[in-house]
Amino acid sequence: MLDVFIFATLNGLVTGLLLFMLASGLTLIFSMMGVLNFAHASFYMLGAYFAYSVSLYFGYWTGLIFAPIIVGVLGALVERYGLRRVHQHGHVAELVFTFGLAFLIEEAVQFFWGADTKNYQSPDLLDFPLFTLFGQEFPAYRGFMIGISISIFIGLYYVLTKSRIGIIIQAALTHPHTVSNLGHNVPLIFMCVFGVGSALAGVAGVIAGPVLTTFPGMAVVLGSIVFVIVVIGGLGSLAGAFIASILIGLLQSYAIASDVGMPDLLNLLGLEFDRNHPLTDLWTLTLPQIAPILPFLLLVLVLIFRPTGLMGKREQ
Amino acid sequence: MLSVSNLHAYYGKSHILQGVNFTIEEGEIVSLLGRNGVGRSTTVKTIMGEVEPTGSILFKGQEIAGKKSFEIANLGLGYVPENRNIFPTLTVRQNLQLGLKPGTNTGKWTIEEMFDLFPNLGERAEVAGGVLSGGEQQMLCMCRTLMGDPELIMIDEPTEGLAPKIVEQVAQLLQKIADRGVAILLVEQKLSIALKISLRLYVMGHGQIVYEGTPDSLMRADEVRAEWLEV
Repeated sequence: MLDVFIFATLNGLVTGLLLFMLASGLTLIFSMMGVLNFAHASFYMLGAYFAYSVSLYFGYWTGLIFAPIIVGVLGALVERYGLRRVHQHGHVAELVFTFGLAFLIEEAVQFFWGADTKNYQSPDLLDFPLFTLFGQEFPAYRGFMIGISISIFIGLYYVLTKSRIGIIIQAALTHPHTVSNLGHNVPLIFMCVFGVGSALAGVAGVIAGPVLTTFPGMAVVLGSIVFVIVVIGGLGSLAGAFIASILIGLLQSYAIASDVGMPDLLNLLGLEFDRNHPLTDLWTLTLPQIAPILPFLLLVLVLIFRPTGLMGKREQ
Repeated sequence: MLSVSNLHAYYGKSHILQGVNFTIEEGEIVSLLGRNGVGRSTTVKTIMGEVEPTGSILFKGQEIAGKKSFEIANLGLGYVPENRNIFPTLTVRQNLQLGLKPGTNTGKWTIEEMFDLFPNLGERAEVAGGVLSGGEQQMLCMCRTLMGDPELIMIDEPTEGLAPKIVEQVAQLLQKIADRGVAILLVEQKLSIALKISLRLYVMGHGQIVYEGTPDSLMRADEVRAEWLEV
């Protein structure tokens, strides 16, 4: 029992940190634009594909460095030549623009790389068990995922709260005019924030590609959960996004690892059920089966009972 | 130093500035007076590039009409907006650091000097800007703009909503700023502070300058005060 719990916790942490790498960029970009960037998870997918292609020729590590840079530059270009022009037509236009971009990227990925799953592998260097506990191995690559995520977040936190550029970014998110009047080039700051946010999604793609498989649907799979996270955490709140990411990572992981289901519950209540009952699918439902819908269930509950999210502020 | 000629500006279809002309020389304190809604704030916003201008705005001999706010600021024009946009979650010290221009680490004014001028701010250097009183926020806002070494600073209604004692402190600060060679354009509704510290003053009405003079001449011009200033 303890071994299941420990491994489920570790795996939940891996997923949660990965989700936060996407959610943090999405939150920053949301604070800046005022709309959700529906193409955010597409940058995550591009990160995985670019890294896969680079890794074929130069190995995994080169891909880890260059794929996020390419994705970041691409993100900055999208902001500079796409969103900034669409911005003057209002939020709806921006939203539709990012929506269209997500489809465009998915089609482009299928066009260039094909619709099949790519054989993107974790590096041989990390192909060993990090430790063995209760006869179960924890892969070093997952440990590496935790390590790299945490170091990026510490770096990001330090830059945002301690450095002067971080202070300027924080101020520009809420008071762009005032910051511009003090002599700071706000459009350039926004372009960089968009680029860095996209690059973060790219890093997530690079490290998740080998584990969660690299295929054209990966943006939709993870993207929908990331949107759930920023809503649960409270739109625009980095701390909220962090809590929600870890929460959902752990929730899914525990649900998958558990072997409880409706039969156990019915037994506990002393109820019998008939195997030939028309609702037998419902009586035999297990927690691992409903794990994928738990984030969405949580979303509905949060929207009903706390519409601003965990840490969100009410709109002024 | 600043020469505004035939400046027009529009909010949508309404014609707010209808040919504004005035000048500010180096190191001067000049006040722009007028009742609410005559276009005083719009004038400074237009100079700063927040509202699109037509006409000419020469700053240090250079045409700045049509430039972006941050470019204008980097030329040495400072602006303290009416709404005192301090950043509530950042500390007093961080708010001041924001005022430094990109790429510079020190200016003519240092953070420590600001704290000497305003011991109140110094005592609360590590406190979030949002918990300061209205007067302290106004001081912080002016100091923040000063950190960027402006040669001319435009201040919109610095005394609005402040207690008389604080208004006195603001007047002293403005005088200190001017003593260090920084020109000031003071946008005010109250006559008292403007008459006390300005060298020259302009009165605005209906989107135009309707009177130009010195504090003494304005005091003698009863009909001007009655028509354009007194409520």
